[in-house]
Amino acid sequence: MTSGATPPLLALRGVSRRFGAVRALIDVDLEIRAGRVIALVGDNGAGKTTLVNVVSGVDPPDVGVIEWEGRPVRITHPRDAQALGIATVHQDLALCENLDVVGNVFLGREIHSYGFLDEPVMENRTRDLFRMLSARVPDLRLPVATLSGGQRQTVAISRSLLGQPKLILLDEPTAALGVEQTAHVLECIDDMRDRGLGVLLITHDLGVVKAIADRVSVLRLGRNNGFFDVNTTSQEDIVSSITGATHSDFKYCEQDEIDWEL
Amino acid sequence: MRRPRNAAPGECGGRPPTKNARSAVIKRAAVNRHLATFGRRLKAGELGSVPVLLGLAAIWMVFQALNSQFLSARNLSNISVDMVGTGMIAVGIVFVLLLGEIDLSVGSVSGLAAAAFAVLNVNLGMAEGVAALVAILVGSATGVVQGFFFAKVGVPSFVVTLAGLLSWNGLMLYILGSTGTINLDDEGLVALLTSYYFNDVAVAYTLAAAGTAAYFLVSYHDSRCRRSLGLGSRPLGDIALHTAMVAVAVFAAAYVLNRFQGLPLALLIFLLVVIALECILRRTLYGRAIYALGGGVEAARKAGLKVAWVRISVFTISGTMAAVGGLFLASRVASASQTSGSGNLLINAIAAAVIGGTSLFGGRGSTWSALLGALVIQSIASGVALMGVPTAAEYMITGGVLLLAVVIDSLSRRAQKAHGRI
Ligand SMILES: Nc1ncnc2c1ncn2[C@@H]1O[C@H](COP(=O)(O)OP(=O)(O)OP(=O)(O)O)[C@@H](O)[C@H]1O
Ligand SMILES: [Mg+2]
Repeated sequence: MTSGATPPLLALRGVSRRFGAVRALIDVDLEIRAGRVIALVGDNGAGKTTLVNVVSGVDPPDVGVIEWEGRPVRITHPRDAQALGIATVHQDLALCENLDVVGNVFLGREIHSYGFLDEPVMENRTRDLFRMLSARVPDLRLPVATLSGGQRQTVAISRSLLGQPKLILLDEPTAALGVEQTAHVLECIDDMRDRGLGVLLITHDLGVVKAIADRVSVLRLGRNNGFFDVNTTSQEDIVSSITGATHSDFKYCEQDEIDWEL
Repeated sequence: MRRPRNAAPGECGGRPPTKNARSAVIKRAAVNRHLATFGRRLKAGELGSVPVLLGLAAIWMVFQALNSQFLSARNLSNISVDMVGTGMIAVGIVFVLLLGEIDLSVGSVSGLAAAAFAVLNVNLGMAEGVAALVAILVGSATGVVQGFFFAKVGVPSFVVTLAGLLSWNGLMLYILGSTGTINLDDEGLVALLTSYYFNDVAVAYTLAAAGTAAYFLVSYHDSRCRRSLGLGSRPLGDIALHTAMVAVAVFAAAYVLNRFQGLPLALLIFLLVVIALECILRRTLYGRAIYALGGGVEAARKAGLKVAWVRISVFTISGTMAAVGGLFLASRVASASQTSGSGNLLINAIAAAVIGGTSLFGGRGSTWSALLGALVIQSIASGVALMGVPTAAEYMITGGVLLLAVVIDSLSRRAQKAHGRI
């Protein structure tokens, strides 16, 4: 790489994570650049969620280096990731059932003065966020336990938009959403890219990948199985990479990644 | 502004309504929306303190029918003092239950604190204030130890506090040695905790007025803050109605207490503790973290909350409140003995919290439930004692009420599940 190139927003180098006998991630590399949407695809159990947990500090890796804007960093706690500007929509949504919508959106980042919560301001901000997503919930003060699956997903997404994140990790954010709401979320992702955020989007919907992502990274059985440029790769090639019909040469892909950035 | 769900036709109809009609329509819409929200919350299993208030009314009516002395000023005043010891312990239990955990050691800890105070003050001659403080800190320390084993080592709270129940009881017997019962100084500070009454009727009435005014001002201020941001706010009439209900309750209590010996100091302290801790639970970052842990530990962890720290602190609060309760119980009998904190104190404290409406499943509850639940339990104990039937009946009635409370809790959780796919 030439010395003048800007370093990627986030880079994973040789990250591995095992759960007992299960090797969920094996020597995984990944680069996410500002202003780009990277889709991460792979079959069930490929390790996508594990990778998100590594980056969001929920589940630190066993070995491997995480670089943030070119500097190696340690992300061992969700607060570390938050401090760097990494926001996450977890696959399980990570909502507190008993808290209301406002409480969930601001969980861990409450607006307060001397430890006393400023509820009206938080509710106001939440209302604005929902308006931005054109989302509707019956009442921002109802516990999320009473919301539908799609409504909860909207809550989780609004949560990640709070503050000024630089990188957003979306683990199947539209899985439970209706057509209209999915379109809004995709618009929103487009918007994030335009604002110069880095986005990692996990989805099983290759249509969505085609529509919105710049690059695709495929995971298979915990290993990198190819990086592709969405515009120049056919959907069939991506599918065969996911299912393991083809084995991309990893070294070649890395080279490709660099060429593409120059 | 949230759009009123039940907007009357006039609002969007063709002819512009007159100003008066318009404001009436808006008011009606606001009231309707409020009712709709309330209905939704009821259906969603957010019953709050409605069941316990109904239960309390029923219990009082039954015992009054059986014995006309039950609702006398003297008896009600005694109930209000007797419930404080158990109630203080129950407040700590509420915190633990909010996490979805349990603390079985509170009875033993309260006995340990009472014994520690008695030995330090009476046997070793330590100044009363210092001895009381040390006793309370001993309670806090037990909580820190149990919290550590639960949060850092990962032992289930049920097991840690069961071990605590035995150990702290052993420690109490050890420090009491062969002394047996230690009598406290009748004129001392701790004895005064439950024997002092504000005889001046003005005290109770002034505090009742101040409490009502404070309730109104806080509600009004909250509502105005919300309105200034354009958020849906409680209509003034709704605040006025609630304030009126609070006023009736506190002035009735003040009137009854004044007909005996005035406002008991113990009750005043208990109320202040309940209100202060409720404020912490509802309005601070720390309280929010406690509710969050009760609603989903994983979610709280992913949001970056310090899970272990919150857990240890909650068990510390539980131990501290158990010690405070132990001092009030010792004060009531003016002694500490080997039976302090034993018997059904533990069950009563947990039952009080649950009967008052705090969920056993975590994440739902309030310190007011400790007060209301303790009031129910003490009312049963008192009513049974007045009738002169054996304690067997008291146990069975309390057990029945506890079962009823748990059933309501479980049913409302099921309603929530059906409603919201927990
Ligand atoms: N906490 C854990 N303990 C043990 N094994 C785990 C744990 N988390 C994940 N795994 C294993 O790691 C592998 C990868 O899981 P992961 O959740 O990352 O898959 P995924 O790609 O997100 O799949 P999906 O598309 O179904 O969400 C799986 O084989 C899973 O069984
Ligand atoms: Mg997954």
